Amino acid sequence: MSEKIVFCRGGGCTAKLGAGVLSRILERLPKGPEDPRLLIGYDSRDDAAVYQLTEDLAIVQTLDFFPPMVEDPYLFGQIAAANALSDVYAMGGSVKTALNIVCFPETMDLNILGEIMRGGAEKVMEAGGILSGGHSIADSDVKYGLSVTGVVHPAHIYPNNQGRPGDKLILTKKLGVGIVCTANRVQQASKASMEEAVASMTMLNKYASEISRSYEIHACTDVTGFGFLGHLHEMMDGRLSCRIDADRIGVIAGALDYADEFLLTAGGQRNRNFAGPYVKFENVSFAMEEVLFDPQTSGGLLMAVRADQADALLSGLLECGHPASLVGEIIQKNETEIHVRGGIS
Amino acid sequence: MSTIKVNALGDTCPIPVVKAKNAIRELDGPGQVEVLVDNEIAVQNLTKMANQKGYGVSSQKMEEQRYCVVMTIGEMGGETKAAAAQGAVTPEGSGMPAQETEQNGGTCAPDARRNIVVVISSDTMGNGDETLGRMLMKGFIFALTQQDLLPSTILFYNGGAKLTCEEALTLEDLRSLEAQGVEILTCGTCLNHYGLTEKLSVGGVTNMYAIVEKMTQAEQVVRP
Repeated sequence: MSEKIVFCRGGGCTAKLGAGVLSRILERLPKGPEDPRLLIGYDSRDDAAVYQLTEDLAIVQTLDFFPPMVEDPYLFGQIAAANALSDVYAMGGSVKTALNIVCFPETMDLNILGEIMRGGAEKVMEAGGILSGGHSIADSDVKYGLSVTGVVHPAHIYPNNQGRPGDKLILTKKLGVGIVCTANRVQQASKASMEEAVASMTMLNKYASEISRSYEIHACTDVTGFGFLGHLHEMMDGRLSCRIDADRIGVIAGALDYADEFLLTAGGQRNRNFAGPYVKFENVSFAMEEVLFDPQTSGGLLMAVRADQADALLSGLLECGHPASLVGEIIQKNETEIHVRGGIS
Repeated sequence: MSTIKVNALGDTCPIPVVKAKNAIRELDGPGQVEVLVDNEIAVQNLTKMANQKGYGVSSQKMEEQRYCVVMTIGEMGGETKAAAAQGAVTPEGSGMPAQETEQNGGTCAPDARRNIVVVISSDTMGNGDETLGRMLMKGFIFALTQQDLLPSTILFYNGGAKLTCEEALTLEDLRSLEAQGVEILTCGTCLNHYGLTEKLSVGGVTNMYAIVEKMTQAEQVVRP
């Protein structure tokens, strides 16, 4: 399949609205009566909403769609689906059903849409879910994604902000897919870099999430549009601090070089504006800073795990083929929320 | 010195940066590159590149969705002392070669800014009701962002220091001003006094000497 999606112009999670803008709107929305069964809503800015149905069953709902970030429609479908499904895994849940969300120009070749949806359907199957419907709109630009429903035991939900001082932080995928896709847009990414980025984006977080369930995970989120540091800032929840070892963070090949060429997204700069004030860098190169702010499409899971279980969890993830690494630890809140250091290991 | 103009209106990142890099390559030596963009994030990404590369850089909001970023490239590909002085905000008519001004034709002159210094000495505006005063001050700073003629510097001292720190409602507007090349300076003694030293979230820290110097050298001092 080599048909080009001509509308590919900086898609994926780089197309997300900035966190700063968004939180101002959300804070002003009218709030209805409180329902105690809504265990996680957007007050906590978590990855998905969780609503308790019975004592031992809660549903996880999430929705994600975006413009293409790659030119191959089939791969775009896979990536968009993996990204949408990921929110359920970030909550510790299992996928049950999914609905397609499609925006597509009427004048465009429908075979392209077929390829996008084939990619999406395959990922839903791999997730063990059922594609059960959808909705399509004629639009000037291509956009695709899923609305996903999953289930989770109410006692085993992974919140994104309940980490504890002492917890180790594990990241299950490498960073830099946003920068690599951006470089690819201006024909400056190598084939190998782009292939590594695509492989990373199409990989489901299902396996990492399942492996982690044998361990005590205090907080978990998937790293997407707000970048590693933006999501980490949300995880710190204003009451924790952390130390990050920059050298241990996996980076997609080429991403640092492209960052040094300033092939950067608007999203990355918005993330810097949003999370930058909470971060102190020490011995970290400009390129690595950019990678840490880079918006990730279908990024990995960032987990805060009980310290004495971190090594076992990490080996489990590595055995399963995840390019996971132990990237830092949560500490008591101090004047620096996120302290990123290079050259220490 | 040669100048290349780049139109990156309607381009999303990283295209403005890519275009600017091509223009710099085309210059093949010292000179200026003027980039027109339609959003502030692009201004910030261009400024980031210039800072990393050691070019002189200044930027200005021309109108809604129209910003001009001027990069000055020195002899060694980096910034020379003279280029730095030119790239910086200078009072009208001082130091810029006449031909340069003509060439710019007023469309994108980095020195169109007069040396206006805004002094903010309280987190409220006017006397009377405090809540109203705070609201007015927020409004004042927002209105500053909308002016055609931006100040070169905004000084914050005493209660004004609170406006540049974490959780201040004015942060976003101040960052926007900073992105457009306005210097934001807060009095260090004041931050220390209010226990806000660690919470400063926009601009730099300054001292009384610098404050006095900025005010005495200003063409106009504005106090809300």
